[in-house]
Amino acid sequence: MLEVNHASKIFAKGTPNQKIALRNLNLSLKEGEFVTVLGSNGAGKSTLFNAICGSFILDEGSIRLDGRDITFLSEHKRARQIGRLFQDPMKGTAPNLTIEENLALSYSRNSKGLFSKAVGKKERELFREKLRTFDMGLEDRMKTKIGLLSGGQRQVVTLLMSTIVTPKLLLLDEHTAALDPATSEKVMEITNRIVKENNINTLMITHNMASALVTGNRTIMLDDGEIIFDMTEEKRKGMTVSDLMVMYSEKKQQNFDNDRILLSN
Amino acid sequence: MSVFIGSMELGLLYAIMVMGIYISFRVLNIPDLTTEGSFTFGLVISALFVTKGHPVLGLFMAIAAGAVAGIVTGFLQTKMNIHPVLAGILTMSGLYSINLWVLDGSSNLTLLGTESIYTMLRSQFEGLSRDTVELMIGAVIVLIVIVILYFFFQTELGLAIRATGDNPDMVRASSINVDTMKMIALAISNGLIALCGGLITQYQSFADVNSGVGTLVVGLASVIIGEVFFGRRSLTIGFISCVAGSVIYRYIIAIAINSQWFPAYMLKLVSSIIVALALALPVIKTKIVESKAKRRRKSC
Ligand SMILES: Nc1ncnc2c1ncn2[C@@H]1O[C@H](COP(=O)(O)OP(=O)(O)OP(=O)(O)O)[C@@H](O)[C@H]1O
Ligand SMILES: [Mg+2]
Repeated sequence: MLEVNHASKIFAKGTPNQKIALRNLNLSLKEGEFVTVLGSNGAGKSTLFNAICGSFILDEGSIRLDGRDITFLSEHKRARQIGRLFQDPMKGTAPNLTIEENLALSYSRNSKGLFSKAVGKKERELFREKLRTFDMGLEDRMKTKIGLLSGGQRQVVTLLMSTIVTPKLLLLDEHTAALDPATSEKVMEITNRIVKENNINTLMITHNMASALVTGNRTIMLDDGEIIFDMTEEKRKGMTVSDLMVMYSEKKQQNFDNDRILLSN
Repeated sequence: MSVFIGSMELGLLYAIMVMGIYISFRVLNIPDLTTEGSFTFGLVISALFVTKGHPVLGLFMAIAAGAVAGIVTGFLQTKMNIHPVLAGILTMSGLYSINLWVLDGSSNLTLLGTESIYTMLRSQFEGLSRDTVELMIGAVIVLIVIVILYFFFQTELGLAIRATGDNPDMVRASSINVDTMKMIALAISNGLIALCGGLITQYQSFADVNSGVGTLVVGLASVIIGEVFFGRRSLTIGFISCVAGSVIYRYIIAIAINSQWFPAYMLKLVSSIIVALALALPVIKTKIVESKAKRRRKSC
């Protein structure tokens, strides 16, 4: 359903700061997959998401979503089918608009027309019903400005915003990293439920290896702009964090050796 | 005509411009310098149609003219990536030539003896005094504008524009074209500003290509004065506070001139100082708090 083919992206090409952020990367998602994405800082995880969302256009390669070539499609047009959450809870919501107004804005993907009332009775009912399932009391604060909510509450609202019109693909970029452990767990639980209920194809970046191995049904690891391993459900069963660390350092050693061979020749 | 009523009349008419400035300055969060150009553009277009015998059509054409000016500025800002302040200056400066062109190269035009919406409505309501009719025209148009804006900003489009000023990334993530939203908002903003110019010229029976000078600062001062009284709350209250700010501004000026605190030509300087002080207030406040804290710690 998602096909990233031979994706390459070089930042500041031809300058001393040149950085190869994506290296001929291939990734293919099947319908119903929930993939956790691991990788050290600077591995290119967010860059991969940016490429899929259209924050920039790839130097090389192509992206297909649901059979359609979106390589050159503008960012806001891709957003019709792609929901995205960031680490920073401030990023996904408009602070001076109320909860219901924020939700209405994302719900307008299902537009009834530009000049129709954004928050009608029906919408308000729907939003309240959805918010109630989170058990955070947000359904009684729909006229509160989002800027007054806590980070965790904002992130939950953002999660609902990006899935209220079911997207083809959901991209989660360390969306629980800025939250305290309890809130983070709660947001993770809500995430799992929404993804499962709506059967949304999901990519989730996380630095928590233990949770990456048990969340979703596939785990990939990025390093230096490449996918260095890709484990489907059966392969990652029984895998522990230390197994993963061993695999990672072996892979790094192997790359290092290859480089040395290249250099010494 | 008493000064009291005259200030009220001007305050109401200029309130339309103030609401336009509010849309760019507060809703969209963009300083838009197109104002002085679009105000005069609306003014000369309206004057032109008055001379041709179409005062009402003139007002609608003024709105359209201002909207076009706003779209040009929006296009320069978004598609051409020119700094918003510079984009506004470019449009404003270009409009100066266009405004002269509309008036056939002359810098002013008198409309005495021609039919305007003022003369039309005065003869409609013969029983009422001249001041009453003029006040009513201002009040009714302001009311209509507020009602339209109130409903507009609750529509999907209106909501998207408000969100664009608040968090453009989130708007893009909701699959909405941010550039288009900015252009629409600037079109509405400058359409209102031009409507104000169009009304002013019919009110004064006179058009002058230099009458836009300083209007932006007047507008900003009015927005800020309104916020002193109403605070910054909902959008609707914001528009009402624009009207209040605009009227209060006219009274401050009337009082200042009548009491001869300063000569009339100092008005623009005074307006600039009001705006600068109001915008600097948050910084001044924190500086005062900091220096107090410093002194306290030193004295311990
Ligand atoms: N716009 C940009 N211009 C220049 N370099 C960039 C840009 N965006 C990313 N990079 C570089 O590309 C590399 C990959 O960055 P990316 O943000 O994708 O890392 P990441 O895997 O998300 O890391 P983290 O775990 O820290 O979020 C980094 O070296 C970064 O400095
Ligand atoms: Mg990142």
